[in-house]
Amino acid sequence: MAIDIVLDSFPQLMKGLAVTIGLTLTSVFFASILAIIMAIGRSYSRQPIPFLILIYEKIFRGIPLLVLFILIYFGLAQAGIIIDVFIAAVIGLALHSTAYQIQIFRSAINSIPEGQFTAARSVGMSNFKAMRHIIIPQMLRLSIPGWSNEFTIVLKDTSITIAIGVIDLMRQGRYIIVREPESALYILLFIALIYFILVFSINRGLSYLEKRYIISGLEVNNTR
Amino acid sequence: MKKEMKAISMVLIISVVSLAVVLSGCTEEEKKNKIIVGTEALFPPFEYVDEDGEITGFDIEMVTAILTDLGYEVEIKDMAFQQLIGAVQTGIIDVIAAGMTITDERLEQISFSIPYYTSDQSVLVKSDSTITITNYSDFADLTLGAQTGTTGALWVEEHLMNDTWLKEQNINYTLNITLDTYVSYTDAVQDLRIGRIDAVIIDNPVGNAFAEEGATKVIYVISTNESFGLGVKKENTELLQKIDQALEDYMATEEWNNLVLKYFE
Repeated sequence: MAIDIVLDSFPQLMKGLAVTIGLTLTSVFFASILAIIMAIGRSYSRQPIPFLILIYEKIFRGIPLLVLFILIYFGLAQAGIIIDVFIAAVIGLALHSTAYQIQIFRSAINSIPEGQFTAARSVGMSNFKAMRHIIIPQMLRLSIPGWSNEFTIVLKDTSITIAIGVIDLMRQGRYIIVREPESALYILLFIALIYFILVFSINRGLSYLEKRYIISGLEVNNTR
Repeated sequence: MKKEMKAISMVLIISVVSLAVVLSGCTEEEKKNKIIVGTEALFPPFEYVDEDGEITGFDIEMVTAILTDLGYEVEIKDMAFQQLIGAVQTGIIDVIAAGMTITDERLEQISFSIPYYTSDQSVLVKSDSTITITNYSDFADLTLGAQTGTTGALWVEEHLMNDTWLKEQNINYTLNITLDTYVSYTDAVQDLRIGRIDAVIIDNPVGNAFAEEGATKVIYVISTNESFGLGVKKENTELLQKIDQALEDYMATEEWNNLVLKYFE
């Protein structure tokens, strides 16, 4: 029975799911930190820093993820540095996602009226304080919708990592399909369902944050 | 916001520190006696993943047996078939055990052990298919499927789609064959079952393994006489010699016969 096969395959799929989630969380985490720093750097620092960040963006948005993975894993190995596949995958996903997230945070920064920073400075706040208390909190709040998109994109991008040998949810599913070709459809549907539930809960969680930290007066108030 | 900022910075610090620890742990770990064997575990019965989630199969049992005899600790690593040669060249893996046919093209890139298995290519079709093959002209107008980079795909390109070769077979017209290539044979067989392609060109034992499921059947065997070998980096002649010797010895044992019976009878 199809149900039996899906149930039997459950533990094996969960092993893959753990890898998929671990990969996503670690990559998004590092990408977000890098992207926040670089977005602020691009908007508020002196040349040549914004220009260097721009070059970074152009490069990593231009390289397909698959090429990036192979470059990092096999390229470094060629140079004598053999790193764990999981770490190679995290580096690739994070570098790639950073380039996209810079834009998300930058557009959030750009939507904060310029006068706020000037006003903060005029009441005696240092650059750092103005950044920390005025700009960054608003930027974080305003970037939630775009950021939650990027989060789910990274989650789905993890399935490309098999090229270098990361055994994620999708790969575990294929192992089962090799054994049980008859139930391919059910297993694939089940995997799709798992991805859907993940993406759905991430989006729900983040839209809760969006409501919790609403900036009254600034937004159209019908976030649902 | 203050409390949250504190919490966020704590989480930040903890995770950066822990990642640094993990990273340094990874690089220090170097075992001299460990051999990493690369494969693609989507190729039954040579390599696949069993119900317990372990990679197993004919190649895996064989390579584990001979490398363990040589005193190595064996780790099996699953990756994409197309990346295996690059991985052995760069030292990410030490040995390829992936039902890989010894070809001139591959010999330019890596070394192969003595052959441990001889295979032909079989033509796999749906069980209810009416296609029959008695000579090469029967392939006319068919849509064929094979995995990218395999000898099955290569055979179709170099023979059925090659007018010079066809002329040698006294076929003086183009066969009008379409070749669809897939990331893995699992996908090709899946498409065959759906009816998107007419036949799959696949290594004989693997074709039989798929046919055992009942939805497909092998209707013709193309005698290509290919030999499977274990792949090793060119510079690694010492390991290759050891493997050749161990393989030769192993193939004379009862254990080898049992392994062949277990997977191919």
